Amino acid sequence: MPGVPGRNAAETLHAREFYYRYGRACVAAYGAHFRVMSAAAASWIKVTPAGLEVVPGGFVIDPVVPVDRAVITHGHGDHARPGHGAVLATTPTLAIMNVRFGPQRGEQALQYGEALKIGDVTVRLEPAGHVLGSAQIVMEYRGIRVVVSGDYKRRRDPTCPPFAVTPCDVFITEATFALPVFCHPDDGAEIARLRESLRLFPDRPHLVGAYALGKAQRIIMLLRESGYDAPIFLHGAMAALCNLYRDFGVALGELTPVAGQPQAALNGRIVLCPPGALADRWSRRMNEPVTAMASGWMRIRQRAKQRGVELPLVISDHADWNELLQTMRDVAPGEVWITHGREEALARALELMGVPAKALSLIGYEDENDDDAKAPEPATPA
Amino acid sequence: MKAFAALLDHLVYQPSRLGKLRLLMDYFATTPDPDRGYGLAALAGTLDIPHAKPALLRKLISARTDPVLFSYSYDYVGDLAETIALLWPAGGEATHPPALGEIVTTLRAAPKSKVPDLIATWMDSLDATGRWALLKLLTGGLRIGVSARLAKTALAQWGALDLADLEEIWHGQEPPYTAVFAWAEKRGDKPAAARGTSFRPFMLSQALEESELTTLNPADFIAEWKWDGIRVQVAGSTLTPARLFARSGDDISATFPDVTDAASFDAVLDGELLVRGDGADPAPFADLQQRLNRKVVAKKQLDTYPAFVRVYDMLFDGEDDLRALPWTDRRKRLEDFMEKLPAAAQARFDLSPVVPFASWEALTGIRASARGAAMEGLMLKRRNAPYIAGRPKGPWFKWKRDPLTIDAVLMYAQRGHGKRSSFYSDFTFGVWRDDELVPVGKAYFGFTDAELKQLDGWVRNNTTERFGPVRAVAPGLVLEVAFDAAQNSTRHKSGIALRFPRVSRIRWDKPAVEADRLETVAKLVEGA
Repeated sequence: MPGVPGRNAAETLHAREFYYRYGRACVAAYGAHFRVMSAAAASWIKVTPAGLEVVPGGFVIDPVVPVDRAVITHGHGDHARPGHGAVLATTPTLAIMNVRFGPQRGEQALQYGEALKIGDVTVRLEPAGHVLGSAQIVMEYRGIRVVVSGDYKRRRDPTCPPFAVTPCDVFITEATFALPVFCHPDDGAEIARLRESLRLFPDRPHLVGAYALGKAQRIIMLLRESGYDAPIFLHGAMAALCNLYRDFGVALGELTPVAGQPQAALNGRIVLCPPGALADRWSRRMNEPVTAMASGWMRIRQRAKQRGVELPLVISDHADWNELLQTMRDVAPGEVWITHGREEALARALELMGVPAKALSLIGYEDENDDDAKAPEPATPA
Repeated sequence: MKAFAALLDHLVYQPSRLGKLRLLMDYFATTPDPDRGYGLAALAGTLDIPHAKPALLRKLISARTDPVLFSYSYDYVGDLAETIALLWPAGGEATHPPALGEIVTTLRAAPKSKVPDLIATWMDSLDATGRWALLKLLTGGLRIGVSARLAKTALAQWGALDLADLEEIWHGQEPPYTAVFAWAEKRGDKPAAARGTSFRPFMLSQALEESELTTLNPADFIAEWKWDGIRVQVAGSTLTPARLFARSGDDISATFPDVTDAASFDAVLDGELLVRGDGADPAPFADLQQRLNRKVVAKKQLDTYPAFVRVYDMLFDGEDDLRALPWTDRRKRLEDFMEKLPAAAQARFDLSPVVPFASWEALTGIRASARGAAMEGLMLKRRNAPYIAGRPKGPWFKWKRDPLTIDAVLMYAQRGHGKRSSFYSDFTFGVWRDDELVPVGKAYFGFTDAELKQLDGWVRNNTTERFGPVRAVAPGLVLEVAFDAAQNSTRHKSGIALRFPRVSRIRWDKPAVEADRLETVAKLVEGA
């Protein structure tokens, strides 16, 4: 762990603690030098500093730096970055990238289930159930099929099609919530807790921190399904992506920008904002808000408390422990590679299941909410 | 159990006192007897159940999960109860989750050998939050930021009861407090206070505004030293064990057996709990702190920091309730009582002297000259005032000595909580030792809201490093910090701890190099 400051032993210890809790993404950024996977099964896929490189296809999956040819799993900022020579993704993912970064060079849309030959590799996209447009990348080369899951979940999401199980030789999976302590509860019950809090504190605004892409729209839809039909107020950074979801047919109901509202108009209302705005100066416009945050990390009390969250909502767009294990059983791959998250625990579980597994230690992908860097929001105050 | 688990879960995250009260009142309103009474007891620390040791819990979980995955999880979560609650395999939905009352009564009746099976069965039937709450309950010490006092305040507010009335009958009642809830719901009469060693609400003082002195007649008042210990009520008894109550109404008898053992007399006394330093004089508060909040008292503690009570009022003399009498009469009874006290008891109870004075000017001089180790200033008490529960305006004033001040440099700022969560509002400050700054304390009040905004802006613009909610700042802002006393401390790097530090002025004008040095602060330490 490099250069953690501290003027004495106690302070250094203190700094380290914070560093581990908050700076995990930085800690992960140790030298992931050019490595070649030894697995004979798919020696044509390499881990490079840019990301997962598919050599015979001449493309990189979710590259963290500009490359000639990128294939993107979904629109979150740590997976979809601007500036590549050519970009292949689903139509919604390309639309999301356009909203965030403007038009990209060499955009090419591929629908779910449609096959495309890139170089010597046949590529197909299948729903991952993570956010609108999220896809698994199914690749076949010389009789070997490899599936890159991207980020995914297995439970129902009213804003995107469900994860499609695709049998394969090598399954390359995420492991964001790969610890048995992560067992996301029913999302309907979490929404009920939010509404119960509104009953208990009917005069306080309920400020819910949620990612502008995916989480926000899912929360809105879950609220609507629970019968909540009042207007939902939005931080300015939320508007564009909500409009995009509407364009793709997700009926979000009445949404109102926070900007320009008198303070009293927000009392007793639900206000959605990016997680970073919860404790930002922006939130001062609200009168004693109940601060809620929707994230899988909210399962751990200390993490919720550290963020000053009063009402943690355990709602995640990632697979929890049981979903991960269920996916391993459903996909039943010959071998599993683990990209990012708590690789060691998932590798251990696979070992117990008798499935060969290894950690790739990919860099540049954030833990959900670990740092608010996942979805870089426009700095416009709402 | 579900309602209690939800309550604990919400309380953990609730930063504001009002919010906590709201949650507690809602719990009392929506939870039936006897569960709410046991819930109240758990919060107030009066629930007596056999506790489960961490080793037992580890054994239970290790039979249900892979040890490697357990260790990864525990490393990540950090809290044993929470790790186990989250890891416990779900799947017992078929069985009905137990009510809190059922858990309490079953545990009390069960032989020790049956406890592990009971716990496992309950764990199987609860959800993750329920399991966490159960483990908190079983391991003792909820640590969720709710004091007994706050729980009782919520009950009083919810039932529109007078808190002093509730405090008075509280120690005569037992969980699950059904009679108390019946009283709160106007279904029953006020329960009777237990005879003898029960708690009586304290009479508290107002802070004196010095400008008020001109409106007060010095002949109407007496003065006493204000001692820097903790206020206690001694409910002595010749028949049952004596009890010692803190101002909150908490029973702290077990922590101070040296005091309660000596209180075999039939009287209720009001005074200051102190420990002796070298010789007979009271030691600074830091020494008393060595004795506070201990469940088990080591002999070494008893010998090194012997406790005693400096008595200044008398509520009961035998069966006689003196509270309606004027101070002068109570004082006479107290002095007579203290004189007759056996020698053994005199080592643990002495009389707080009255400080004679002729005029407010003279008393001002006396106040300025006094800086004993455990003196905080003066108390003014109206001669004809009865002993009134609560904080009446007029009969008693506290007149603290002027605070000490130092000029310190802001070193770190931390985000506040609740309303202040978007502000850097908790400030760690330091003084110079040679050419480095050493932290001497932390202050989070003393400034106005407008100043807080300015401070917050300054912190944001002068941040050098960030550690989660904490920012280190460049040494560029001087804070004038006021405090009641400086004491030696082995816990702080600087070797000095300040009592009640607060920001008295922000010295935007003063260069950091001109802030105080550690040697200067060391000279302010009591007894130095």
